[in-house]
Amino acid sequence: MTSATGAAAARRGGGARELPADLRGFREVQRLAYDCAEAVAAQLRPGVTEREAARMQREWLHERGVRDWFHLPFAWFGDRTAFTNFRIPLQFFPTNRRLEPGMAFILDMAPVHQGCTADIGYSGCLGLNPVHDRLLADLEAHRDLILREVRERRPLREIYEDVERLMIRQGHANRHRAYPFGVIAHKIDRVKERRWSPTVFGFGTQALKGLASDALHGHRDGWSPLWSPYKFSDHPPQPGLWAVEPHLGFRGTGAKFEEILVVTDSADPQESAFWLDDDLPHVRRWQEEKAA
Amino acid sequence: MSRTAGTGAGAEAGVGDGAGAGDGGGAVVAGAGAGLDGARERWVRTGGVELCVAELGDSARPTVVLVHGYPDSKEVWSEVARGLADRFHVVLYDVRGCGRSTAPKPLRGGFTLEKLTDDFLAVVDAVSPDRPVHVVGHDWGSVQAWEFATARHTEGRIASFTSMSGPSLDHFGHWIKKRASRPTPRRAAQLLGQGAKSWYVYMLHTPVLPELAWKGPLGKRWPKILQRVEKVPAGDYPTASLPTDAAHGAWLYRDNVRARLRRPRADAYAHCPVQLITPTGDAFLSQRLYDDLDHWVPQLVRRTLPAKHWVPRTRPDQLVAWISAFVTSKEEGDPARKTVATGPHADRFGGQLVLVTGAASGIGRATAFAFAEAGARVVAVDRDAEGAARTADLARLVGAPQAWADTVDVSDEAAMEKLAGKVAAEYGTVDVLVNNAGIGLSGSFLSTTTEDWKKVLDVNLWGVIHGCRLFGRQMAERGQGGHIVNTASAAAFQPSKILSAYGASKAAVLMLSESLRAELAGQGIGVTAVCPGIVNTNITTTARFTGLSADEEKRRQTKVARAYGLRNYPPEKVADAILRAVVRNEAVVPVTPEARGAHLLSRFAPRALRALARLDPPV
Repeated sequence: MTSATGAAAARRGGGARELPADLRGFREVQRLAYDCAEAVAAQLRPGVTEREAARMQREWLHERGVRDWFHLPFAWFGDRTAFTNFRIPLQFFPTNRRLEPGMAFILDMAPVHQGCTADIGYSGCLGLNPVHDRLLADLEAHRDLILREVRERRPLREIYEDVERLMIRQGHANRHRAYPFGVIAHKIDRVKERRWSPTVFGFGTQALKGLASDALHGHRDGWSPLWSPYKFSDHPPQPGLWAVEPHLGFRGTGAKFEEILVVTDSADPQESAFWLDDDLPHVRRWQEEKAA
Repeated sequence: MSRTAGTGAGAEAGVGDGAGAGDGGGAVVAGAGAGLDGARERWVRTGGVELCVAELGDSARPTVVLVHGYPDSKEVWSEVARGLADRFHVVLYDVRGCGRSTAPKPLRGGFTLEKLTDDFLAVVDAVSPDRPVHVVGHDWGSVQAWEFATARHTEGRIASFTSMSGPSLDHFGHWIKKRASRPTPRRAAQLLGQGAKSWYVYMLHTPVLPELAWKGPLGKRWPKILQRVEKVPAGDYPTASLPTDAAHGAWLYRDNVRARLRRPRADAYAHCPVQLITPTGDAFLSQRLYDDLDHWVPQLVRRTLPAKHWVPRTRPDQLVAWISAFVTSKEEGDPARKTVATGPHADRFGGQLVLVTGAASGIGRATAFAFAEAGARVVAVDRDAEGAARTADLARLVGAPQAWADTVDVSDEAAMEKLAGKVAAEYGTVDVLVNNAGIGLSGSFLSTTTEDWKKVLDVNLWGVIHGCRLFGRQMAERGQGGHIVNTASAAAFQPSKILSAYGASKAAVLMLSESLRAELAGQGIGVTAVCPGIVNTNITTTARFTGLSADEEKRRQTKVARAYGLRNYPPEKVADAILRAVVRNEAVVPVTPEARGAHLLSRFAPRALRALARLDPPV
């Protein structure tokens, strides 16, 4: 870990929830990923392409010791943030679309560091974009809604539908429906550290192996590591770590956040589910807006 | 190169003429032309003629010069001038040989664009010596003004130019050359199309006959012809000077058309921002004439208007709105800010007033956003106050210059009347009305109570009736066109054993729209029935399912909502179809593929639809 990240961790320190050791590793890597997103976002200039932005993320994290990925970094600019006219999954991969002033962008990466996985999404815009600001502000209600309903142990499929209803009431479209299986979230877990960890279509094979084995176990026990609108998600939240990624779209502009939700089998509602970290860029932004 | 030099010499000569005429100056005389009450009048002597100039409004405000066409006099602008006068210093003048201005002697060679440019400069020097002016031209006024806007020696005297129904002869010449030199089938068709529309130009080139016709039978019948063919409202236009205006004006064509079309200037680039207003129903000018205009005009704003040739008479309110917005943006606008919306059909809906009912969700909301992106002012009406407010809020974010929310139940006659009064008083006359509010009702006929029937008919049918009645009347009374969109349904032509009440209400809307379309066609008001089909909106979660217990109804709602979600046809596509339908003035618009299929079958294989109607629904 570099001194920069250490300093960032020290800066935040304080009021955060006391975490068991096995979760602390996940929080570290999630913070590392968000630091990367902020660092790369600060370097984005008009004319930078999605491919360049994705490479900047990959190199930043590689310099800080990331060798394996749940998935390689994505970058979406302009109307690609709302997945306009996406038909096939290959369209998610970074293109030569150039960033222009006023354009919204999303950086999405899932590094594995010291065996712990994070999967984050960071939305921003270059200069002024009132639509993007509104979308980001509207995401706050979804973070609260998801946590509340997971603590109530509502079936994941129903929570999915409630989130979608809220998006529609807000006037937006549900864009996480464009992800494979239309997922709003997926499970993540520890990954074995291997010397060689290849990726297939941008996804790390080790992480995929974990997801596949979860899917197999879940299939036997009646749950799924994918949180989708379909029948196979019609079960209460399964304990573990979920990377939750509600994604709003409004007329060619999209915004999302993605972070880890910890679900436990504790009987205490407060402990049964909580966001792994409350000190993240989008959360800080909402707090600053409230304070202002 | 030699051509450029030649033009330069011509321009110099023009300046000489103008300076020579400048000594004429102008004595202000109180008086008025017909329909221009309260105008200050003055005479400007230039190049051997005396021009009659009328002024309205505060002369400290930005000056807007209105130039009339053929066969007209400045009175063609009376409605527009009145509308502009409270915000601008409005100047109108009779072109030489027209209205009360005197004609040059001899007539031949007295109407060249160079001389008309000198006239314009003399008028501008008299009415606004220090500040550049905003020019607005219609027909030949626009042809002239293109010359003003592209000639070198007028540079700095024109702040903006709004053109309607009059191309630059130079651009026209290049347009013809381009199409004639490489005639692809499309280009040849464009050339022949415009060639046919220009029949009157050939007539006007015959000697003496046009003059005889205008001073004889044609002049007498012209007002009636305008009313019948061009739908120009009767009144104090055309004026009594029409026969001489038309006879003298024939020299506009004879002096310029052949010369300019044969040898168009190569440097006819506009040196000011241009707003181009194209009437789509113009009998004399093809819309294709302006295809290459971006090449000539660096700052071009396009507008289209569903109207015939004489827009200053038939659509004055819309012209006033567009001219005001354009002039204001050039006078005080932030040049960095985009003043014109960029969404699809922004040329058509920019600045128009659009009212959408049922705008808090689904198709209504998406339609409000689509109109907002096209730059329209939006009134979002719904009984869900919060949703309507949210729609108006987001509409402003995506490009609506203004947006308002109103909480009204469309089935409530008194509330709708109040809304109509408020909208007319505060926002203006609605240009596009979208009667979209509707509720769902499913179940067998025998389990449908009279309460259910009342409810569904009240919203789905009476809501549309109230909207059409109140706002349609406002549109008709204004007499400047408009459009009404009623949301019917594929269930209007697809029978179904579970949709008897809903289908009946929507079939009524469909036939109401078709009949109303026939009734209002003569007044330039279009009516469209949109039949969406299965669209992913929350109509399913609010729909009533008859003959079920509360629990079962809830379950059915969830199931149907999921099925609609799986179909996942977005309301945004319906909104796009609605805008397209208004632009094209379509009568019945089925949207989703299944709706289009059912529409087709209803005409060619109605028995197949009847067989489908008997099937149990899959959910």
